[in-house]
Amino acid sequence: MSATAELFNQHLIDPEICIRCNTCEATCPVGAITHDSRNYVVLADKCNFCMACVPPCPTGSIDNWRMQAKSSPYTVEEQLSWDELPAALTDNELSAVASAGNGESAEQALAFVSPSQDNEALAQVKALVSASVGSTVPPWSAAHPFTNLYGPKEPITATVVGNVQVNDAGTDNETHHIVLDFANLPFPVLEGQSIGILPPGSDEQGRTHHARQYSVASPRNGERPGYNNLSLTVKRVIEDHSGNPVKGVASNYLCDLKLGDKVQVIGPFGHSFLMPNHPKSNIVMICTGTGSAPMRAMTEWRRRQRNSGKFEGGKLMLFFGARTQKELPYFGPLQKLPKDFIDINFAFSREQAQPKRYVQDFMRERAIDLAELLKEANTYIYVCGLKSMEEGAILALRDVVTEHGINWETLSQNLKKEGRLHLETY
Amino acid sequence: MTAINYSEKIPNNVNLSEDRTLQRALEHWQPNYLQWWNDMGPEGSQNFDVYLRTAVSVDPQGWAQFGHTKMPDYRWGIFLNPAEQDRKIHFGDNLGQDVWQDVPGEHRANLRRIIVTQGDTEPASVEQQRHLGLTAPSQYDLRNLFQVNVEEGRHLWAMVYLLHKYFGRDGREEAEALLERNSGNADNPRILQAFNEKTPDWLSFFMFTYFTDRDGKFQLCALAESAFDPLARTTKFMLTEEAHHMFVGESGVGRVIQRTVDAMNQLKTDDVAKLRAAGVIDLPTLQRYINFHFSVTIDLFGADQSSNAATFYSSGLKGRYEEGKRTDDHVLKGNTYKVLEVQNGQLIEKEVPMLNALNEVLRDDYITDSKGGVDRWNRIIEKAGIPFKLTVPHKAFHRNIGALAGVKVSTDGRVLSDSEWNTNVNAWLPTEQDRAYVASLMGRVVEPGKFANWIAPPVMGVNRQPVDLEYIRFN
Repeated sequence: MSATAELFNQHLIDPEICIRCNTCEATCPVGAITHDSRNYVVLADKCNFCMACVPPCPTGSIDNWRMQAKSSPYTVEEQLSWDELPAALTDNELSAVASAGNGESAEQALAFVSPSQDNEALAQVKALVSASVGSTVPPWSAAHPFTNLYGPKEPITATVVGNVQVNDAGTDNETHHIVLDFANLPFPVLEGQSIGILPPGSDEQGRTHHARQYSVASPRNGERPGYNNLSLTVKRVIEDHSGNPVKGVASNYLCDLKLGDKVQVIGPFGHSFLMPNHPKSNIVMICTGTGSAPMRAMTEWRRRQRNSGKFEGGKLMLFFGARTQKELPYFGPLQKLPKDFIDINFAFSREQAQPKRYVQDFMRERAIDLAELLKEANTYIYVCGLKSMEEGAILALRDVVTEHGINWETLSQNLKKEGRLHLETY
Repeated sequence: MTAINYSEKIPNNVNLSEDRTLQRALEHWQPNYLQWWNDMGPEGSQNFDVYLRTAVSVDPQGWAQFGHTKMPDYRWGIFLNPAEQDRKIHFGDNLGQDVWQDVPGEHRANLRRIIVTQGDTEPASVEQQRHLGLTAPSQYDLRNLFQVNVEEGRHLWAMVYLLHKYFGRDGREEAEALLERNSGNADNPRILQAFNEKTPDWLSFFMFTYFTDRDGKFQLCALAESAFDPLARTTKFMLTEEAHHMFVGESGVGRVIQRTVDAMNQLKTDDVAKLRAAGVIDLPTLQRYINFHFSVTIDLFGADQSSNAATFYSSGLKGRYEEGKRTDDHVLKGNTYKVLEVQNGQLIEKEVPMLNALNEVLRDDYITDSKGGVDRWNRIIEKAGIPFKLTVPHKAFHRNIGALAGVKVSTDGRVLSDSEWNTNVNAWLPTEQDRAYVASLMGRVVEPGKFANWIAPPVMGVNRQPVDLEYIRFN
């Protein structure tokens, strides 16, 4: 099992440096920052790491991060009581936290760390978390994105014009393809950007629901080319990370929408997880479940470009993981894409009478072809899906590269600097 | 100046290029502004390349662009926060009606007065601080001073935009007058007295940015509630910049304290003479500076009872701090508020109609906010293990405006006779000797990463840059 599946990098504000100016709270597009008379703090369950609060902070106190157990983040009450940030957890403390993980998340996690190796592996993985390898800049040929056009105070209203299930009915992971139309109002998006949905109603404390973020699954010129619409890939959440039954507020709201229903939307968000647009650029896509949304968007844009006959794309390579084939979204349409257009590798972890296979297993299996692509300066890599997959995918990348005589340190630095490795996991 | 492309030269989100009238007005005003900047802006610094933050749009990515630039080339822009659709007036007699996109005739004079008063403080502080560059304790601090200066300049632009756009010829005349008044000028002074005082040294500058720029924050917060929507949207964006100014003050004083307590622990003494011999600023002197700047600043909120304040509120021109977060009726007709006055040699609280006491309401909110930062300074002292606590003085101490003007009150709120006051005043307010001592410490330190002896380095640099970055290229 993975000791790391339970960890995440928690966003915190340093109370010793913060001057309580309220700029972050006023800036945050998803309402993830709150305060009392003593401190300003970040709500771990709301922060979506969009980084909108970081540049406006006059002090730099906003830019603090601590590895922490996902199941027990520092609570708002704890943070409000601080006079200074707590010390970072030691590796031993982290592995103690991690090994307190439970069955369901271990299932979802990746089998590359045995419990006896916890400490060493943990150190490795910590060195590899998204903050250290993921790009914060877009590819040089990315189109310029529009961001934050609509906030929670003045959302845009979209109309539902499509809602279909895109995996087999009756599976545990019911996944919907939902199309939203914006009529005559501007809502320009690029592949890889995301939007926020404001579910109606309020939570138990009577506060209105905060926005939930979804990646756009359609290309820039619309789900239907030439129309002002976009699509989302939404999994109906019926249990939490620990397997306890829980009804996801936004996902159930979205999956139950009828044609003609109105939805409050904010965004767009995201200015670096964007696709390259220059000829012959290659795209490697690694995803699980609904993490396929941006991959579908990029693939579809390349497909439309190719059909226009005016654009010479590079290679597309997809590693796509799900528990079973029946659960995998878009399985049918993906099968129909020409082999010379995209190289597809499905990994199923719970197919009956078959060994468990994860995306990183397939990446290692396809090491020769993957390494060929990674040697090219024109190759851009995108990872989207469960957090637990991210570390596995990066370790697999590192191993594939190293086996083929490429220095990972140098390569990963270049990937980061040149906007060629993009991570979006949750 | 005809060669200037105004839509490029002035970053803006108000469609400047499409408003010919406004563009012509600014074409006329801009050269005068630049002339003012050269005459009255930071002395001898116009040719430096300064690592400045420039706003080029109002979204989170756009408004904090960093780079080296000469101050006269700083792109002073015009930014309004995005409009809120269907925004309604949320306080006063017009509660629930649509906000105004233009100035209603009956409120024209009052609104112009509010905007001019706010606008006048912006260039005033640049003038007050114009000599400080010569004695900066480090490149880092010099850069922060210049950042504050150019942003005060931008705030002037923000107010001038409103005057030009909404007030016709009177507005243009007022905009010219904003450049003609000068801080401390006997013939043509700035409107508010606190902005005619000198900012003689860096400790005063840090105190000013902590206390007096915080007054700016509260005034801007109150205007950000205004029924005049362009004013509300302008001031909201100004608040994001104001935050930096308060940061400079809070961290600046904090670093002075840090240096002092370090020296106290090194020398194992709290003896003022020994500490002064060691070249640091003793805590009692810091306390006296706090007393002075706090008391002068709370005067800026105006008289404790004011019919103007009531008019501004009821007509929707100026709200309370965080009006939208309050849960009363937002009309306040029947409400009361307690203000202080002296009766029979005692300070007593008197209930008055809240509408007339709105200056006092804002002042009390300000006092609460100011105390928070002083508590954070105390944590530095506490952490060093030194038994000393900084405080803000009593609200009635050293006041010159309102019912308490001229009443002699101690820092802990006792009414005093003149002789008692005279005996103690040197313990409460900075003396000539204090000011002379602080002045004697002011020498210029410009080597990257080096700091004057009386102040500790910051914990981090600007924009996550190293502390020893070459923030200023002197050319």
